Amino acid sequence: MTAEAPAAVRSMNLGGAINAGLRAAMERDPKVLLMGEDIGQLGGVFRVTDGLWKDFGDHRVIDTPLAESGIVGTAIGMALRGYTPVVEIQFDGFIFPAFNQITTQLAKLHYRTKGKLSVPVVIRVPFAGGIGAVEHHSESIEALFAHTAGLRVVSPATPQDAYDMIQQAIASPDPVLFLEPKARYWDKGEVDTARVGTQLEAVGGAQAATAEMSRARVAREGKDVTLLAYGPSVRLCLQSAELAAADSVSAEVIDLRSVSPFDMETVLASVKKTGRAVVVHEAPVAFGTGGELAARIGEKAFFHLHAPVMRVGGFHMPYPGSKFEHDYLPSVDRILDAVDRVMAH
Amino acid sequence: MAGIGPLSEEGLVRLLDHEGRRVEDATYDPYVSHLTMDDLRAFWRDMTLTRAFDLESTSLQRQGELGLWVPALGQEAAQIGSAHATRLPDHIFPSYREHGVLHVKGIDLASIMGMWRGMEHSSWDPTAYGVHTYTLVIGAHAPHAVGYAQAMDWDGLVGSGDPEKDGAVVCYFGDGATSQGDVNEALVFAAVNNAPVVFFIQNNQFAISEPTTRQSKVPLAQRASGVGIPGVRVDGNDVVAVHAVTRWAMEHARSGQGPVVIEALTYRMGAHTTSDDPTRYRTTSDEQYWKDRDPIARLETFLTSADELPEDFKAQVEADGKELARRTRESVKGWQRGPVEQMFDHVYGTPHALVQEEKAWFNRYEASFADQEVAK
Ligand SMILES: Cc1ncc(C[n+]2csc(CCOP(=O)(O)OP(=O)(O)O)c2C)c(N)n1
Repeated sequence: MTAEAPAAVRSMNLGGAINAGLRAAMERDPKVLLMGEDIGQLGGVFRVTDGLWKDFGDHRVIDTPLAESGIVGTAIGMALRGYTPVVEIQFDGFIFPAFNQITTQLAKLHYRTKGKLSVPVVIRVPFAGGIGAVEHHSESIEALFAHTAGLRVVSPATPQDAYDMIQQAIASPDPVLFLEPKARYWDKGEVDTARVGTQLEAVGGAQAATAEMSRARVAREGKDVTLLAYGPSVRLCLQSAELAAADSVSAEVIDLRSVSPFDMETVLASVKKTGRAVVVHEAPVAFGTGGELAARIGEKAFFHLHAPVMRVGGFHMPYPGSKFEHDYLPSVDRILDAVDRVMAH
Repeated sequence: MAGIGPLSEEGLVRLLDHEGRRVEDATYDPYVSHLTMDDLRAFWRDMTLTRAFDLESTSLQRQGELGLWVPALGQEAAQIGSAHATRLPDHIFPSYREHGVLHVKGIDLASIMGMWRGMEHSSWDPTAYGVHTYTLVIGAHAPHAVGYAQAMDWDGLVGSGDPEKDGAVVCYFGDGATSQGDVNEALVFAAVNNAPVVFFIQNNQFAISEPTTRQSKVPLAQRASGVGIPGVRVDGNDVVAVHAVTRWAMEHARSGQGPVVIEALTYRMGAHTTSDDPTRYRTTSDEQYWKDRDPIARLETFLTSADELPEDFKAQVEADGKELARRTRESVKGWQRGPVEQMFDHVYGTPHALVQEEKAWFNRYEASFADQEVAK
């Protein structure tokens, strides 16, 4: 672990924490640069890069042409020369023109060159739903990318994690898909801004940072059932746990933080304790990350389980019109319904 | 202000100047010689109605009745002038800002708000109007337009020798879209297949906050020469010139001579969408410069100086605009969400076990709340 640093605690919202994390990373390493559509003068459509263009100039905060494949493709070239591009894809639904570059190139170069080449590109994506947006602006894309070996896929749920994890992702020698729960950009929290810097500046910092970024966090302790979530669904699970407690059900909430890899050690420790698990994500349940988790729990903790692992998530349909999204998305009621069902065993 | 490269006035076809005076152009005059004053008044009416609708829609969004609105403000001439150069069996692939085009094609603007209210993803029958559904993923519809055009050709709708029967495709997109791979691939496919498609670029000078100079060093119409097809630049705030150029291009494509790129230089007078704040990236003096070049005002000046815009006609159009705004407001406010289970419909064209299972689960789940209500 890293040495104790003097705490510098500031109150920030999640979007502001990413902004501060980007700034810290750019100050720490002159090779870190940002690219994307409207990220410069405008500061991004969610203002996550606000002020950075003004302070770092247009060589380090680059408004790109409107072409996602070009954004990721050129970022790969820059990374090959030792730069660390942090690119923004404006919305989850617009990552697909870059799908080829991400899956056939970015994810595979290290493997194909037997480790001789590293492409530490970070792809930031405001993702998931709940903000009443028009189509293609609410997509949960994690399974598509978690299915691609060579990419790390992470999603912070709190301002502290947002601040730390964006810097850890940038420090990581692996390419990282950094999924920002856009409906949580305005969630506020206390952020210790000193700790992660100390970690990164220590010898072996990048390795330690990558390892820490990939670890889950017990967001609430409990003993009857484990709720597994990441990104936007963590807050929902905490609310559900609160309500379950009123019903005398003690729910533990695990914030996975990393989707690829999953921190199975933390997951298994919890499930072995509670004997029940409910996975919650906004993405469609079918062929999703919940299925992967459920299978792994089944394989590794079968004899500890009192009930089948349940999944709560989106349905097998395109994301519906926003007037329907609150019926489509997992809700506290749907989580509690699943909790009831596992508790019935 | 007029700028450099893709923001310059280089090569712009113009038939009405900024002061609304007719300028001669030997090449394109023949394509508007058929227009009567009635036709021009109809153009003016369509532009004015589109704007009335647009302003109403922005205020509906401000009142929380729409999730988002994408204004066409300032682009009325580019849209109305070009759409009037089409007729069935022509087929149109819009992006998402072409409300003026929809209006000309007979789609009741008051009926298109479901998408912007979050009720549905499209609001009209594309086959009935010859207008494809809006596409929000930048440039993704451009290859569709090309494929559609190739198929029209195979089906004998192109170069048949009977101009009344022939058709072509128009594909609308913005300056930002010209950077997308899909758009560039569409140009290549159109060119090598001699597809009857007109790519109509509305260069409104911005892709959200980025000026067109972030997308191109040269006027966008020059992209055409790279694939070996004609490209024309037109003053997009001159409805007459836009009409002339598009008419020429459609005849070119319909008669089997292949694709064309049109770049209409215009100005996005409003925000990108109601979520956008243009004060962060452009000056009020720039906005004023283009306000002084308002496309509707230009035609109005021309008609007025010719004494061809009688007060009673203007008054009627104003009343029609108010009526359209009223119907839009009523239609938006009257939208009732149907039963929630309808969100499971149309995922597939044939029954799909997983969807059926999830729908059944959802209905049982919903019903369980009703049961609880009864039990209480
Ligand atoms: C593939 C893709 N990337 C990003 C976006 C987000 N986005 C929506 S509109 C827009 C700018 C479009 O500019 P332009 O093509 O010039 O058309 P305009 O909106 O100005 O009419 C962007 C970047 C998108 N819709 N699709």
